[in-house]
Amino acid sequence: MTPRPGIRAMLLSAVFALAAPIAAHAQKDTNTLIWGMIGAPRHLNPAVQSGILTMEPGAQIFASPLRFDEHWKPQPYLAESWKFEDGNKSLVLKVAKDAKFHDGRPITSADFAYSIMTVKNNHPFQSMMAPIERVDTPNPETAIIRLAKPHPAILDVLAPPFCPILPKHYFDDGTDPKVNPKNSTPIGSGPFRLVEFKPGEHIIMEKHKDFFLKDRPKLDRVIIRLFKDANSLALALEAKEVHFTTFADAIATLDRLAKVPGVEVTPKGGEAIGPINWLAFNTAKKPFDDVRVRQAVSYVLDREFITKRLHRGRSVIATGPITPGAPFYLDAVERYRPDAAKAEQLLDAAGLRRNASGTRFATSIDYGQGRPDYQQNIAEYLKAQLRRIGVELELRPAADFPSWATRVSSLEFDMAIDGVFNWGDPVVGVHRTWLTSNIRKGVVWSNTQSYSNPRVDELLANAAVEPNFDKRKAMYHEFQRIVVNDVPVAFINVFPYHMIHDVRLKGLPQTIWGSASPIDEMRWE
Amino acid sequence: MIAGLLQLIARRLVQAVGLLAAVAILNFALIHAAPGDIVQTIVGEMGGATEETIRALRQAYGLDRPFHEQLLIYLGRVATGDLGTSVYFNSPVLGLIVDRIPTTVLLVSTALIMALVIGTTLGVISARYPRSWFSSIANVVALFGFSAPVFWSGLLLLLTFAVLVPIVPTGGYRNVARNATGFAYALDVAHHLLLPAFTLALIYLALYTRLSRASMLEVMGSDYVRTARAKGLPEPTVLFKHALRNALLPIVTIAGLQMSAMFAGAVLVETVFTWPGMGLLAYESIQRRDNQLILGILLTSAMLVIIGNLLTDMLYRVIDPRIRTEG
Repeated sequence: MTPRPGIRAMLLSAVFALAAPIAAHAQKDTNTLIWGMIGAPRHLNPAVQSGILTMEPGAQIFASPLRFDEHWKPQPYLAESWKFEDGNKSLVLKVAKDAKFHDGRPITSADFAYSIMTVKNNHPFQSMMAPIERVDTPNPETAIIRLAKPHPAILDVLAPPFCPILPKHYFDDGTDPKVNPKNSTPIGSGPFRLVEFKPGEHIIMEKHKDFFLKDRPKLDRVIIRLFKDANSLALALEAKEVHFTTFADAIATLDRLAKVPGVEVTPKGGEAIGPINWLAFNTAKKPFDDVRVRQAVSYVLDREFITKRLHRGRSVIATGPITPGAPFYLDAVERYRPDAAKAEQLLDAAGLRRNASGTRFATSIDYGQGRPDYQQNIAEYLKAQLRRIGVELELRPAADFPSWATRVSSLEFDMAIDGVFNWGDPVVGVHRTWLTSNIRKGVVWSNTQSYSNPRVDELLANAAVEPNFDKRKAMYHEFQRIVVNDVPVAFINVFPYHMIHDVRLKGLPQTIWGSASPIDEMRWE
Repeated sequence: MIAGLLQLIARRLVQAVGLLAAVAILNFALIHAAPGDIVQTIVGEMGGATEETIRALRQAYGLDRPFHEQLLIYLGRVATGDLGTSVYFNSPVLGLIVDRIPTTVLLVSTALIMALVIGTTLGVISARYPRSWFSSIANVVALFGFSAPVFWSGLLLLLTFAVLVPIVPTGGYRNVARNATGFAYALDVAHHLLLPAFTLALIYLALYTRLSRASMLEVMGSDYVRTARAKGLPEPTVLFKHALRNALLPIVTIAGLQMSAMFAGAVLVETVFTWPGMGLLAYESIQRRDNQLILGILLTSAMLVIIGNLLTDMLYRVIDPRIRTEG
């Protein structure tokens, strides 16, 4: 039976009507990039908010004094040159000529001074600009950062994730920078200007036509689509509705998308983020106040099994508090290769002998449920491993991040699985977890392990002000050896952050800050 | 009839005020009983913060005050129509909700219409041919839709119709890259709506199929249907004009009651399809413990359910004249 001509015509029209929007999915012809992101940034101003969700769009809207290449070397950006003076207590920055904000106003040293002091006073990473006393502006082309003491991390923190140059004439309106509504409608001088920010839905950006770097950016438009569900984003990538995503680490998604024709999955870029998955011990509580107990747990944590089997070779082992590949990383530390007999000996020595039912002690582990590959699966694996040495483990999954953070920061946990980032220089993201002065109840990602070692405090204090790279490196090496031996934390793996993209996209942001840097060289080919 | 309707509306409005006040207090107490707060989320997304920052944030959002003070402030604000400010988005809650209501109402009403039309049609045909292969297949399909969790069926449908046979987009409300206007915009929204609405409808399809089948089977055996047939009326007229009208009463009742369940179902569907409605906003705000926003959404949902039930009652009167006279 064939449909009547009228009905056939209606059916054909419906098919064409449905097909028309599909054709629009191919954005290559319009030189548009559709970028998929999981989560919803609060706003778009990285000067007062950390986190990848703000850093990524922030790095496109704002330019910063410096940017970094893939070898951790600083490169000129809005500061066309820089030099240390006054025994490393002054940093002179020369503002790039012809650089303009999106509203056409020129960038001057006053904007540098305003931005740096805004970051210093409002950014959650208080340590990164703490030694800055003031910024002098002898003329519109020169900004001089005056430091109370040498601060070798200063160049790192002038990078796009931390130091956006804000237009003083737009932001400096007397409002508290943390809650300024302009954080959601920012003007910057980066490669793309903001067109529309719909919280929880999308961010639309267009090429900044007066961008001071010649022939950049290559793309005309960037649309960031905000997803809530990682599976939905994966399907959108597979359907080529989304061309690019970053910081993807779900093992099944990576494996699946790696097989999709026209899609490439690469682990390169973003190394400075330094994301470590670790098992934290509450060293203020028994039995984890005893280093032998912590070491015993570490000896049953088979990291080869976790990275090669559970993560199917996608992740690498984290050996210490600094991620492999970072300038201060030390490989030669105790590896805690699986050794159940040694673990049992250590527990015996700590006085935790098996009782009649074969149990030594019972404990618990807190973890979130957002990333099962790195939290739930490892917690369940650890439960089985610990039972082998007579330790009963209670799993305490948290319903959401605030619940987990409350348990950990209130120091009510025994063990917790946690993801902690290096954020480039150790001063920014590493020190906070180990300093005795940073044991702060109620503050997540402080020293919630309650770990205290005077030698570590001394090493970190000295490394923070040591301008000589080799001397600084030696200090960080000793620090790594100590904390690996003391095991306030059993390091598990580095999160395998991957970039997933349409193969026709070239000029990917594969520097140490990845997509938290400008994507001004990205283009369709 | 109009006087009766006005009386009904007035009575329901009075009941609604008390109900909303109870909902507001209960929600407030429940949410505050959960561990953690929005400040933990903000600090988490910041990558950490100092004690001073945390203290300042709690103070700024009034989270350092005792529970009863917070509750009184909240109720006082709600009474004046102010639902507070979303701490996460730094925007008024009312604005965020008003922005999202149309998309959720569009999704839920389309899904409801889909479920009603498809479910009732399947039920009517199944009742007319109760032992046919069509009846068996309709029952199996409907039951599958009812049993499958929506996040799973949604992803399967996405995989099938957005990736393997790409005829619909994978998510969103519209194609932001297209910037369509007018009819093209409506078409674009309809294109995006198709799959999420069908996924949501799938859950309720079984209910309406089985309900209408049972209801029709009962009605088909009535004297007046036999009389209609005896008069020589064509079968479609007997089915749809005489039998279905009476069989619709329980379906309309259940549809009204299901409104609230549909809003709840929309949370998962909106999350899977990135449909920017209240459900997605609710999911995000619960995850972040953005209490003012959660409370605002719950209160608005309660209001929508009350309105849905009122509309059901009014529709009931239109369908069944006996209720009109009974008042």
